[in-house]
Amino acid sequence: MNKSREIVCIVCPNGCRMNVSYDENNKVTQVENASCKKGEEYAVNEIQCPKRSITSTVGVINGALPLVSVRTDKPVPKEKIAAALEEIRKIRLEAPVKFHQIIMNDLLETGAQLISTKEVARLEKM
Amino acid sequence: MIINKDLVIVGAGPAGLAAAIEAKENGIEDILVVEREPVAGGILNQCIHDGFGIVKFNEALTGPEYARKYIDEAERLQIEIATNTMVQDISSNREVTTISPEGIRTYKAGAIILAMGCRERTRGAICIPGTRPAGVFTAGVAQNLVNIRNIMVGKKIVILGSGDIGLIMARRLTLEGAEVLAVVEKLPYSSGLQRNITQCLEDFGIPLLLSHTVTNIEGHERVKSVTVAKVNEKEDPVRGTSIKFDCDTLILSVGLIPENEVALNAGIILDNVTGGASVDENLQTSIPGIFACGNVLQVHDLVDYVSAEGELAAKSAVSYIKSIKTGEAEITVKAGKGIRYVLPQTISADKDITFSMRVTIPSKRKTIVFKDGEKQLKKKFFMALNPAEMVRIELKSHELKDIRGLEVYIDE
Repeated sequence: MNKSREIVCIVCPNGCRMNVSYDENNKVTQVENASCKKGEEYAVNEIQCPKRSITSTVGVINGALPLVSVRTDKPVPKEKIAAALEEIRKIRLEAPVKFHQIIMNDLLETGAQLISTKEVARLEKM
Repeated sequence: MIINKDLVIVGAGPAGLAAAIEAKENGIEDILVVEREPVAGGILNQCIHDGFGIVKFNEALTGPEYARKYIDEAERLQIEIATNTMVQDISSNREVTTISPEGIRTYKAGAIILAMGCRERTRGAICIPGTRPAGVFTAGVAQNLVNIRNIMVGKKIVILGSGDIGLIMARRLTLEGAEVLAVVEKLPYSSGLQRNITQCLEDFGIPLLLSHTVTNIEGHERVKSVTVAKVNEKEDPVRGTSIKFDCDTLILSVGLIPENEVALNAGIILDNVTGGASVDENLQTSIPGIFACGNVLQVHDLVDYVSAEGELAAKSAVSYIKSIKTGEAEITVKAGKGIRYVLPQTISADKDITFSMRVTIPSKRKTIVFKDGEKQLKKKFFMALNPAEMVRIELKSHELKDIRGLEVYIDE
């Protein structure tokens, strides 16, 4: 049996409403209304293994700021997001934190790295 | 003592930084960027989610990463950014008075670019009845507390307003362990981007209550509950439709206002609809030599276009400083049927112009038309039009040749 679903693309601000047809093995047979390749890819992924990038913050000790913002370097499977955030919340970094510093390798065996998205200087002691 | 500067830029957010870099690359050496925060980057610093830069850099950056590209470039070009410095006053003869821990300074600027951004509407601005407990935040303040200061704002949360910041915060607070009970929207459609409804609400099963509003806030020390009711077409609450949400926090994402107090004091004419300055195609305000760009001119949904506007303002400021004559902007651009506003408000029509506009209501399969009197100059078809999404349409100089007036409207 062929099925179809409407998927709103989140790749870019256009937010294309795509119509995706797929069979019982989740093999995508057709993507309609996608205006680019990335959108088509997203639609296929969304049927087979929906993924999202994670953005969050990590605590910094002795930093000029108490938090450093972080993200995964690629999207991770949606069902692992809650567990990934549990892990991320446990981390404490000692300042300074560099820009795009690798904070964790292979987050929950997703193959994604957790990297910082800003730098946090060490707090100068008075 | 008055310090001379070729160009003074107010604000080191995405608009101001892009303007500074563009001006420097076009040969203006003596630039000062004034920033009231301790660091440059503006609101991007607290927007830790991704999706910035897709138009400009073809990649989905987080806010801090997008800002860093510009901060690094400004540093490389040795552009002077005065942080912790507030502009107190701008005069119509382009004197800028600033206050910082170092004291009060006055600059005489060859040209000024306004890039102050916008601020949020508050509970007071929309007059929500009820008690005045702690636990009512605007979305941007909540974002600053959670993402920068490491202060969690609450455990059980209702969000009023479905603008993008509200949606982004619904996801962020959920990821941080809070329970977001509902996002409540007065209009029958969301005022945020569709992809944010998908990835911020639907992904987490957060209900979006359209045509609803908050009618009461309860609690003394802290919010205990909020009452939500359905609204009719006139946006009045309907009796007997109240739902009470037990919660400790109410977050407001109910609109942004360009922060134009110093512009008003300078005597710059503002547009009643946008809240920003009324400008010509060079982004020049009603005072010659003062230009405006970014969210202080019109509230954007994409930072990429904020940067683009900053660059255009800078090019115009550079021409002004170098005394290059531009055409008199004598043609008024009118927002017609279905269009809430269109920018620029006046044009001289001697060059290519990108018009930006917002529609009044969502619609599908419609054509936006530019006309001069009865003559149609350009038509552009859209699969969908949405008030949340700014529309940009470029007209070439030959399409604008010899026009006497210009009206933009949606063809039925």
